[in-house]
Amino acid sequence: MATLTEAPPPLTPTAPEETPPRKRGRLVPYWLLLPGILWLLIFFALPMIYQASTSVQTGSLEEGYKVTWHLSTYWDALSEYYPQFLRSVLYAGSATVLCLILGYPLAYLIAFRAGRWRNLIMILVIAPFFTSFLIRTLAWKTILADGGPVVGALNTLHVLDVTSWLGMTSGDRVLATPLAVVCGLTYNFLPFMVLPLYTSLERIDVRLHEAAGDLYAKPVTTFRRVTFPLSMPGVVSGTLLTFIPAAGDYVNADLLGSTDTRMVGNVIQTQFLRILDYPTAAALSFILMAAILIMVTLYIRKSGTEDLV
Amino acid sequence: MAFVNWLKRNLVVIAGLVTLGYLLLPNVVVTVFSFNQPKGRFNYEWQQFSTAAWQDPCGVADMCGSLSVSLQIALWATVGATLLGTMIAFALVRYRFRARGAVNSLIFMPMAMPEVVMAASLLTLFLNMGAQLGFWTILIAHIMFCLSFVVTAVKARVMSMDPRLEQAAQDLYAGPLQTFLRVTLPIAAPGIAAGALLAFALSFDDFIITNFNAGSTVTFPMFVWGSAQRGTPVQINVIGTAMFLVAVLLVLASMVVSNRRNRQKA
Repeated sequence: MATLTEAPPPLTPTAPEETPPRKRGRLVPYWLLLPGILWLLIFFALPMIYQASTSVQTGSLEEGYKVTWHLSTYWDALSEYYPQFLRSVLYAGSATVLCLILGYPLAYLIAFRAGRWRNLIMILVIAPFFTSFLIRTLAWKTILADGGPVVGALNTLHVLDVTSWLGMTSGDRVLATPLAVVCGLTYNFLPFMVLPLYTSLERIDVRLHEAAGDLYAKPVTTFRRVTFPLSMPGVVSGTLLTFIPAAGDYVNADLLGSTDTRMVGNVIQTQFLRILDYPTAAALSFILMAAILIMVTLYIRKSGTEDLV
Repeated sequence: MAFVNWLKRNLVVIAGLVTLGYLLLPNVVVTVFSFNQPKGRFNYEWQQFSTAAWQDPCGVADMCGSLSVSLQIALWATVGATLLGTMIAFALVRYRFRARGAVNSLIFMPMAMPEVVMAASLLTLFLNMGAQLGFWTILIAHIMFCLSFVVTAVKARVMSMDPRLEQAAQDLYAGPLQTFLRVTLPIAAPGIAAGALLAFALSFDDFIITNFNAGSTVTFPMFVWGSAQRGTPVQINVIGTAMFLVAVLLVLASMVVSNRRNRQKA
C-alpha cells in the first residue's frame, strides 16, 4: 500500500523496490490466522492440557491441588461410574439409530418429493432452533405426562409392554424412564441428521433413479443399490453429528429422566459444579473425550470416508 | 387396491411428514401453554386460557434481565467470532502456508468434541488462572466454540468465488484495498452473514458451556434451567413463542424479497 502512494525514486532499478511488498505478502496469511488460532490454542487446546493435569492431581479445595500422578483416580472413576458410561453410549446410540430412521424419509421428502414446498419444509426443520432448546425439551414433560394422550395411546397399542420388557419403561409411565431420555435426545439432535442427509441426497442426479427403473429395478432395489450408497457421506456425518453431542449431553437425562437414567455428562456436571471433586471430574471428562475420539476414528475408518469430516 | 397403491407410492412422504410433526410438536405445545394459567409453580398441565403472561412478559423477576445478558453476549460473541473466523477462512482459501493441516484440525476439533468436555476443560483453565467467572468468561467461551462454525460457513463461500473477478479488478487498476472492499467483500458477504447468524443462534441458545463457566451470571438458558427446578413461569413460553414467530417471519420476509429481486432480474 505504501508503495502505491510513494513516488518511485527516479533512476533506480525496480528490482529492490519489488522485494519488500512480496516479503510482507508472504506474511499476510500468518497475520490473518494469528488472532483466531491464538484464541483456539489458549481457550481450546490449552484447557485440554490443564484438564489432563488436573486429573492426576490430589489435594483438597482448602489446601490446594498438586500434581502427584495419582493415576488411580482414573481407575476409581471408571469402576464407580461405568454404568453411566454404558448408559451414555446406549442412549446416544439408540437416539442416533432413531434419528436415522426418522430423519431419512424427511430428508428424502425434501430432496425429491417436496416440489414447491421444499423451502417451506426446510424452514420448518430449522425454525425450532430459534426457540431455546431447554424450553422445547421442557415441553416434552407435558407431551409425555402420566395419563396424557401420548402415554394412553402407547398403552392401548401395547407399545409400553414391549418397552417395559426391554427395560426402557416401567409400568404406565414414560416420563423419568430411559425411553423419555432417548426420545428427548432423538428430538434434540434430529435436525443434525436431517440436514447432512438432505445435502448428500440433493446432490444425487435424478436420472440415476430413472436409469435404475429403466433397467427393471424395483423402487426398493433402486433405493438399496443406488440411492442409499450415494447418500453414505450424509449418513456418516449425520450419525457423527448426532452421536457425539448426544453422548455428552446431560440436559435430557436431567429434565426428562430420573436418578436411574444419569449419563456420564450428568456425573461430570455434578462433580464439577456441586461436589467440586475436580480430579475425578477431569478424569471422567478425559475418558469421555478419548472414548469418543477412538469410536469416531474407528467408525470413519470402517465407513471408508476419511475425507468427509 | 388403488388406495394401497397410492399408499405405497407416498409412504416416504407420509413418513417424512410424521417426522416433521415430531419436530414441530414441542413448538406447538410451547405456544399453546403460553396461554395457560397454571395452578401451581409448574406450567406442565393445561388449566385455563389466559393472556396474562402475554400482557406482562417481563412480570417474572430476573427473566428479562437474563434475556438482555444473553443478547449482549450473543452480540459480542458474533462480532468476535465473525471477525476472527472470516480472517482464518480467507487465509485458508487464499494463501499457501505451512502447518495448514494443523490449522484445519484445530478448527475441526471443537466441532467434533462433546460440549461438556470443552466446558469442563475450560473451567479447569479458568480455575487454575484464578479468573473471576462471569460475563467475560462466558464471552471468551462463546467466541471459542462459534469460531469454527464461522470459518466453515465463510470458507464454503470464498472457495466458490471466481478468482478471475479479483484479477479483473486489478487489471482495471484497483489497488489491493479497493479490490477487497469493492469486489471480494461483497461477494463473500452472504457467507459471512450466514456465519454470523449461526454464531448468534449458537451463542444465544448455548447452555452446557455457559453452565460451567458462568459463575453467578445468569443468561436466558440458565434462567430456564433454574426455573425447571424452582417452577416454570408462563412467561418463558411467551419468550419462546415470540422468538419462533419473529424468526419465521424474518425468514419468510427475506424469501419474498429475494424472490421479487430474482423476478425483476428475469
